[in-house]
Amino acid sequence: MTTNPQAARSRLDPEPVTRRDVLGILSVWVAVAALGSGLIGMLRLPKAAVLSSPSKKFKVTLPESLAAGQAYIPPGRSVALYRDAEGVHAVSLICTHLGCIVKTSGDGFECPCHGSQFTAAGEVTKGPAPRALAWHKVTGAGGSYIVDEGATVPPGTRAQV
Amino acid sequence: MSTRSKPPRALREFAHNLKQAPGRFVDTMFRSGKPNTDRSRSTFVFGNVFLHLHTVRTHRWSLRWSTTWGLGMLCGASFLITLITGVMLMFYYKPYPDVAYQSIKDIHFVVPTGQFIRNIHRWAANLMVVGVLLHMARVFYTGSYRQPREFNWVIGMGLFVVTLGLSFTGYLLPWDQLAYWAITIGANIAQSPREITDALSLTDKFDVGGLQRQLLLGSDVVGEEALIRFYLLHVMILPMALVMLMAVHFWRIRKDGGLARPDDAEERLGPPPGDSYPVFTEAPEKTYQLAAVVKGRTPAVGDGPEQTVPSMPHLFYAELGVFMLTVLICLGLSLWADAPLKELANPMVPENPAKAPWYFLGLQECVSFSAFMGGVGIPSLVIIGLGLIPYLDREKKGTGCWFGGPGGGRLVAWSVAFGLLSVLAIETFAIRFGWLREWFPDIPQLVITFVNPGTVLAAVYAVYSLYVVRRYNSVRAGALALFTCFLCGFVVLTVIATYFRGPNWHFYWSPADWPTH
Repeated sequence: MTTNPQAARSRLDPEPVTRRDVLGILSVWVAVAALGSGLIGMLRLPKAAVLSSPSKKFKVTLPESLAAGQAYIPPGRSVALYRDAEGVHAVSLICTHLGCIVKTSGDGFECPCHGSQFTAAGEVTKGPAPRALAWHKVTGAGGSYIVDEGATVPPGTRAQV
Repeated sequence: MSTRSKPPRALREFAHNLKQAPGRFVDTMFRSGKPNTDRSRSTFVFGNVFLHLHTVRTHRWSLRWSTTWGLGMLCGASFLITLITGVMLMFYYKPYPDVAYQSIKDIHFVVPTGQFIRNIHRWAANLMVVGVLLHMARVFYTGSYRQPREFNWVIGMGLFVVTLGLSFTGYLLPWDQLAYWAITIGANIAQSPREITDALSLTDKFDVGGLQRQLLLGSDVVGEEALIRFYLLHVMILPMALVMLMAVHFWRIRKDGGLARPDDAEERLGPPPGDSYPVFTEAPEKTYQLAAVVKGRTPAVGDGPEQTVPSMPHLFYAELGVFMLTVLICLGLSLWADAPLKELANPMVPENPAKAPWYFLGLQECVSFSAFMGGVGIPSLVIIGLGLIPYLDREKKGTGCWFGGPGGGRLVAWSVAFGLLSVLAIETFAIRFGWLREWFPDIPQLVITFVNPGTVLAAVYAVYSLYVVRRYNSVRAGALALFTCFLCGFVVLTVIATYFRGPNWHFYWSPADWPTH
């Protein structure tokens, strides 16, 4: 058998792997690895480096008649502004559940999409929202304020009137 | 003189060949001549790149209506219809916010046959979703996912997911109110793993939710970047994935020996019709030689080849029939109802109630309990659970029989009752009494994420199925119970979300009770 391996081998048995095959298999795996890492590198492309979002800061002038506890929603913005004795604050109207715009309802807010309810301070009272509505940074004084929708502040943070 | 009166031989040949060219052209295209003998019918199939996804001969069992109800073909046909109408719509559609909406308006009111084509596209897509669900149910209830067809069931799961993905990305494109808020909700579902990472204070280091949302939208707001991404997914990436999966799906049906049939298919079919031409008369040894080199069982060996009939015409005429029926259904529905188009997207005011198309409303009901578990967790568990079925149920008995033979129907009926009762009970409880946050306002979010009506329902179904495995001492019985419960839950949640949810997702018996505002 050792003298004539060709004769002993059945055609159903695999041929023994020769050194050339080892190199062949290795080269296949190297090719697979090269193509794979290339593909993974290409996946970097869809993750945008620059986000094309509009400016999140805006200037707002509160109406004189705005009473304490009453919400003022600047046109085209999803933020509710309040003015009371302690100062001015801004509560985000973007639901923390899935991003719908909540509407004022009684003292607080209610989400039309999945029914989450919030107090005027943004605390969740009902529904699937996982977090309280965010408070945004407000700066300025007098009648004019700058609201930064990109900056979240701890609830209770107000700009002085 | 003779050379002038008689044209040269080559010239005569030229004229003769030219005269015969049309006939020869057809002959060379089809090669095998008219498919009127068994031999030419065979070459008709295997000599054609499109037809040879089919076997040359088809088992009579596979051709019975009650074996498949033509549902797989219905899915394929409706896909073909959406593909053709979709390409037509691409002539006029412009994937840019606001312009997109105007181009759909143009398709409705200016483009010749535009609205009709859009209707067909929309109805065929709906039909495809229904078809995929029914086809999956058919394959499941006839136990056709078993050895050697396990992996094809998994491919089918992939087709199910891609079909839903195509539907989702499709209704986003008109940039109407439905589209805008569906993108918003969809992107935030992709971001919902933050529910977990927030609770564990990991979001700063490991924000997989935020990454997913950003990859989907290409921005941190829903706008032009998001629309072009969904367009790309809808017209290129997902259709290509679907076509590739379909090719594998169809090819494997053939390679796995055709459709599953019961062990006693021969007896139940009876003897072949008297006028059928026997298979093994002229060259039996040749057939066996061919079969011997193919691994595993083929329809030709040991499976009663005398019960097979030529695929041309028997199978192809049946397929053509289903295809024409699908076209008819799509045309009828398109004449009956127009594809909807809501107002232009308004980023300030979501619709109230903002409802997804019907096939996602069951999911929307789950999402209204918890974004992460309803939108990511439970759907993933369902897909994984369904994909595992063929690897857990490895029994042989009852393959190819509806509900696995006698006794199966009773179990399914019980499971329907249990499935309906439990989903109705849990929904009634949640609607009537509320859920954890209303009783314990300070409860941690993580508890609600994992204990909500959706997860409780999934757990109840899982426990019931394990009980059935134990009670019947059969994994197949448990699989029947689980799948039936899943279907019942899907139907009931969809119905509740469609008909009984009103403004702010509150429960109403009828839209007539909705508050005016």
